[in-house]
Amino acid sequence: MHLGVPAKCLVNKGDEVKVGQLLASADGFVSANIHSPFSGTVLKIDKALDASGYKRDAVFIGVKGDEWLSTIDTSTQLKKDCRLDPAEIIHRINEAGIVGLGGATFPSHVKLTIPRGKKAEYLLINGVECEPYLTSDHVLMLEKGEELVVGVSILMRALNVEQAVIGIENNKPDAIAHLREIVTGFPNISVQALQVKYPQGGEKQLIKAVLNREVPSGGLPVDVGAVVFNVGTAVAVYDAVQKNKPLIERVVTITGKSLTTPANYRVRFGTPVSALIEAAGGLPEDTGKVINGGPMMGKALADPGVPVVKGSSGILILPEPEAARRQTEPCIRCSRCVSVCPMGLEPYLLMVLGQKSLHERMENEKVMDCIECGSCSYTCPSSRPLLDYIRLGKAEVGKMIRSRKK
Amino acid sequence: MNETILFTILSLSGLGAGAAVILYIVAQKFKVIEDPRIDEVEEALPAANCGGCGFAGCRNFAEACVKAENFDGLYCPVGGNDVMASVARILGKEAVEQEPRVAVLRCNGSCEARPKTNIYDGATSCAVASALYGGDTGCQYGCLGFGDCVEVCTFDALSMDPFTGLPVVNDEKCTACGACVKACPKDLFELRKRAKKDRKIYVACRNEEKGGIAKKSCTVACIGCSKCFKVCPYEAIVMENNLAFIDSEKCRLCRKCVTECPTNSIIEIGFPPRKIQDKEETAVGPEGREEKDTNSTINTKEE
Repeated sequence: MHLGVPAKCLVNKGDEVKVGQLLASADGFVSANIHSPFSGTVLKIDKALDASGYKRDAVFIGVKGDEWLSTIDTSTQLKKDCRLDPAEIIHRINEAGIVGLGGATFPSHVKLTIPRGKKAEYLLINGVECEPYLTSDHVLMLEKGEELVVGVSILMRALNVEQAVIGIENNKPDAIAHLREIVTGFPNISVQALQVKYPQGGEKQLIKAVLNREVPSGGLPVDVGAVVFNVGTAVAVYDAVQKNKPLIERVVTITGKSLTTPANYRVRFGTPVSALIEAAGGLPEDTGKVINGGPMMGKALADPGVPVVKGSSGILILPEPEAARRQTEPCIRCSRCVSVCPMGLEPYLLMVLGQKSLHERMENEKVMDCIECGSCSYTCPSSRPLLDYIRLGKAEVGKMIRSRKK
Repeated sequence: MNETILFTILSLSGLGAGAAVILYIVAQKFKVIEDPRIDEVEEALPAANCGGCGFAGCRNFAEACVKAENFDGLYCPVGGNDVMASVARILGKEAVEQEPRVAVLRCNGSCEARPKTNIYDGATSCAVASALYGGDTGCQYGCLGFGDCVEVCTFDALSMDPFTGLPVVNDEKCTACGACVKACPKDLFELRKRAKKDRKIYVACRNEEKGGIAKKSCTVACIGCSKCFKVCPYEAIVMENNLAFIDSEKCRLCRKCVTECPTNSIIEIGFPPRKIQDKEETAVGPEGREEKDTNSTINTKEE
């Protein structure tokens, strides 16, 4: 469901649950609460296949009606005022189980807790759609613009920062205009139009684009005085702090060239991806792959019955000819991967090191700075599986670093 | 003219003598005193540099042997007891004997028994595929079939069977160095005690799912029914996570469990064919394997 330590299950088989009820509590600091997106009875607690491709612990709920917890404010009225102190805001965000909705699902309260001795100057809001094809953030900015901006002001209060910038790419002029109009009532929030570029949705890239500052290798955005949140996260923060509503749903793009009605839906977590595909007109005949996420970083699903989770930003259905990978050829040393790498790494080298399991050398070559954007694999004229091996090596190096800390 | 030649010879000889003196002093000053036994031990080792002992190569292992007080935790699986005995003789220490072992693959999910549920077209590496998802069949515990184990085997003891899509261990070549055990992301290889005539009985499955689900994804999956556990007279079988495991240290190869298994997930290799009812068993069992079994039986007989 989220990055970090899996949450601990609190309910038992046969329990009645309501929408918003806590199902599993965060286990440790880098972890997040999980709330029930449905009301009904707990059928069983078992393993279920999720988008990771493996079976994980899951709570099965037999859905009955749609009964919400009485503590949640379900009215649609905008609540602008927030006079809570920062600690209380962070506490509420933690309670609501909010994680980064851009896709990485990093628990938000961890990001809001600034390490001692560091100071955040800017809050950046990521309205740059993370990948091509996806439009969930775009739609959210248009439809929930006011909630978004209030959410931003709450985050500013929690972080104690003076300035907030919402970064939006130029290809969304309607969203830029709409948000510019709303932020006139908020003196410290501005909207900045950005060049259309991939990968600009990565937080380090966004900081470079908006503030022209570079996060040092191995560092955090707060090292250069910035904290970045996705627009979806900001809206979720508004819901959590002002309406006491935990994170139980998100906007998911369902798209693809052959789909009859591609659309954005607000989806409760746990809804099967196959239900979304049905809603968008059913699976087209020429489907090659159903991808969870975007075309660059997303992962093909082995089974469309997997549930939508906190990190599902989109479902992309690629037709057969586009989905197939091309034959892998030998590296021709053209170094295109080196020139496109947004982090200044050498993907061709990292891939070979990954194949040979030379993890120490990979660490020296800064593999941990890789943001897994997939630009190297996309640009490779020999269609080499660069990212596949880099990702593998990165996981191993991560393990190595963690074991060293212990 | 003569003077030039004389001058050249003298100056060069002088230079040479000077350099020799310096080299001698330096060599004396920075002399590395190494135990000559390290060389001797290294000579006795198989020089495969496979890393099966846990050291980077044979030289490192030899150094460790010379340094160590006794041979606890030091064993060359490739050389086996013979090599360890000669190493012990060189060092004047007591040799530690270990039962010879052999690698077995604990998965029998051939293409037939375990149909594919999706198509994988990523990098052909088990490690990459395993990091991505559970695999292209319904079983997330089984062999992925991209041959990472074949790649790491320095003794040419592993090969992919094109019919079953599974790696096959050549018992004669396998030295139990453990490289495949480390390489397999699904942890399917196990080093088992080598029995007489390379006979083996083991549960060829790692599926921890409940019986019904396991059986659905693979017809030869262990369903955790405990029948083998109950029939075993030597308490060699352990049930854990819906899975049976036969301890090769305790197993006496009585073959009772094999006939008991309802899904044929317990494999017997190297035995003479059974009489009467066993013919049916062979017919039901996975074809590729059984054929090989009979072959190996014939081979052992001939030998």
